[in-house]
Amino acid sequence: MAKVLVFIDNPGNALKKSSLELLTLARSLGESVVALNGELHNEVTATFGEYGVSAVLRPSVQDLNDYLVAPKAAYLAAAAQGAGATIVLLDNSPEGKEVAARLGIRLNAGVITDVIGVDSDGTAHKSVLAGSYNTACKATTPVSVLTLKANNVTPEPAAAPSAPEVVTVDVPVGSTDAAARITAREQKVASGRPDLTDARIVVAGGRGLDGDFGPVEELADALGAAVGASRAATDAGWISHDAQVGQTGKTVSPQLYISAGISGAIQQKAGMQTAKVIVAINKDAESPVFEIADFGIVGDLFDVLPQATAEIKKRKG
Amino acid sequence: MEKTLKIIVLVKHVPDAQFDRHLNGEGYTTDRDESILSELDEYALEAALQLAEARGGSKAGNQVIALSMGPAGAVNSVKKSLQMGATEGVHLTDAALAGSDAAATSLALSAAVRYLNQDAPVDLILTGMASTDGETSLVPAQLAERLGLPQVTFASSLQVDGGRLVARRDADTSSETVEAALPALVSVTDQINEPRYPNFKGIIAAKRKTITTLSLADIGVDPAQVGHAGSWTAVTNAEERPPRTAGTIITDEGDAGIKLVDFLAAQKLL
Ligand SMILES: Cc1cc2nc3c(=O)[nH]c(=O)nc-3n(C[C@H](O)[C@H](O)[C@H](O)COP(=O)(O)OP(=O)(O)OC[C@H]3O[C@@H](n4cnc5c(N)ncnc54)[C@H](O)[C@@H]3O)c2cc1C
Ligand SMILES: Nc1ncnc2c1ncn2[C@@H]1O[C@H](COP(=O)(O)O)[C@@H](O)[C@H]1O
Repeated sequence: MAKVLVFIDNPGNALKKSSLELLTLARSLGESVVALNGELHNEVTATFGEYGVSAVLRPSVQDLNDYLVAPKAAYLAAAAQGAGATIVLLDNSPEGKEVAARLGIRLNAGVITDVIGVDSDGTAHKSVLAGSYNTACKATTPVSVLTLKANNVTPEPAAAPSAPEVVTVDVPVGSTDAAARITAREQKVASGRPDLTDARIVVAGGRGLDGDFGPVEELADALGAAVGASRAATDAGWISHDAQVGQTGKTVSPQLYISAGISGAIQQKAGMQTAKVIVAINKDAESPVFEIADFGIVGDLFDVLPQATAEIKKRKG
Repeated sequence: MEKTLKIIVLVKHVPDAQFDRHLNGEGYTTDRDESILSELDEYALEAALQLAEARGGSKAGNQVIALSMGPAGAVNSVKKSLQMGATEGVHLTDAALAGSDAAATSLALSAAVRYLNQDAPVDLILTGMASTDGETSLVPAQLAERLGLPQVTFASSLQVDGGRLVARRDADTSSETVEAALPALVSVTDQINEPRYPNFKGIIAAKRKTITTLSLADIGVDPAQVGHAGSWTAVTNAEERPPRTAGTIITDEGDAGIKLVDFLAAQKLL
């Protein structure tokens, strides 16, 4: 049976949903082994057992978090070789992809990013060119490294729980020598809204908001949605850059994307056109966003959004 | 005066996203007509030009070398880089390179960087945050790994002071300050600067600048290690998704907010 190594970076007290998705996929492909970085809490060990993990590997050093990716890749390469893994799974965060990139070179392994599903023969599925193609890809090397996009696998505990053994992996000496060092970290304040990349609903605003995100935020809160923005809105400083959707921001595929006061430039579309349903509100009937909207309203967002918010509150009681 | 710098900027020639893009042929590669300098690489070039200018520019001996790997047309991206202000251009081109994945691309680029390192050591390699066609962001990290260099990716600001660099990166939950010793590789985001347009003087000056064309033989890479044959991944199938079509468009007559909620209710999205 194939051995599948799952990289889990700093889980804290409980595993994130995306980590459970990785563990579920790993089990469908073979025997799953976790390579952990960071502290291992009892609750997390228990979850690994529930998900049928056979072993948990931990690095021999504690300072991997102080460097940018290179030493993590060195640790994972040692872990994969020690475990004899033929598939390595990571999350699809920017950091996950970079660790995967360097790991691929260390293991002479093909790397596939943005994966949404994996067949039993290792064929990975992903969409490319801003969502305009669905492709199947396969590593031609003995080992493959895959980064899995969140929300494409339903987390499911194993039928038979396991009691994973914990093993220490020696991180090769010198792996921090040529690495960039993180010298300061500033935590950002959390918004309290759902995370933009996995939200079921996103309400996004653009230049049309003219500095006032209030109507977008109120509709988002009535719908339990995340707030997104165009680059024009983030560049103007009306909302944090973290909220930007598009080519150089986040890629989102929610059930519903409501676009308000956004023209629908190609770089904006690149981040949202795989949404299941798109609703657009724009006062210019010629806006390109209407070419991709399932429901479009030619109108002033300062009228339409507050009216919709009030109506939703009324219906929800 | 600060120490002069020798900077390589990686610029990719990519299909213009304003036009429909298609995957064709063996290995499902993109059409390359209507291609342009990847707009995300302009930010890397601008960052390099600013670092060079702060040290007295080319007169003081600073070098900004634009390096592009790609078919014949990719020379246009090198030319545009020269017009923007790069001091010299390098076009790595070879029939055997067609269809290279990130691993093969980084292998060829690493050999080109070693070649350019021969006469004087390179201090800094700057790249874009992602190519607008491949969108993998793998090449910078793989190139850094192959060259044994520290990598700083997604830099939203960059300073170089003596032999060290300091950069800022913005992640979702935190912002980081990162330091590394030169030589190093840095990929930059579109938050770092506002790229310049080539001006008339730049366009004239570019005509006198050198573009070196390199083949795989020049940089000592075995053709079997690159292209479709040397890649570590293969695309086995590609299907175009039906383009999105417009749905219902209404004009607000005072009740569009209510109609919007009706639509959401009908779609079971409330
Ligand atoms: C390298 C690069 C990367 C980029 N990356 C991204 C990216 O990741 N994401 C992104 O979004 N953009 C990105 N862009 C920018 C993109 O090209 C557009 O400039 C941007 O998306 C425009 O934002 P906007 O639609 O909010 O503004 P505009 O294009 O100015 O559109 C504003 C819209 O609001 C409408 N409007 C105004 N007032 C009202 C009102 N009261 N009610 C209703 N409608 C109103 C107008 O009719 C107009 O259609 C990038 C550009 C470059 C060059
Ligand atoms: N063929 C190429 N020639 C020059 N630079 C490249 C090439 N491919 C990728 N790059 C560089 O690597 C960055 C990331 O590309 P990618 O990994 O394909 O997303 C780009 O922004 C370029 O700076």
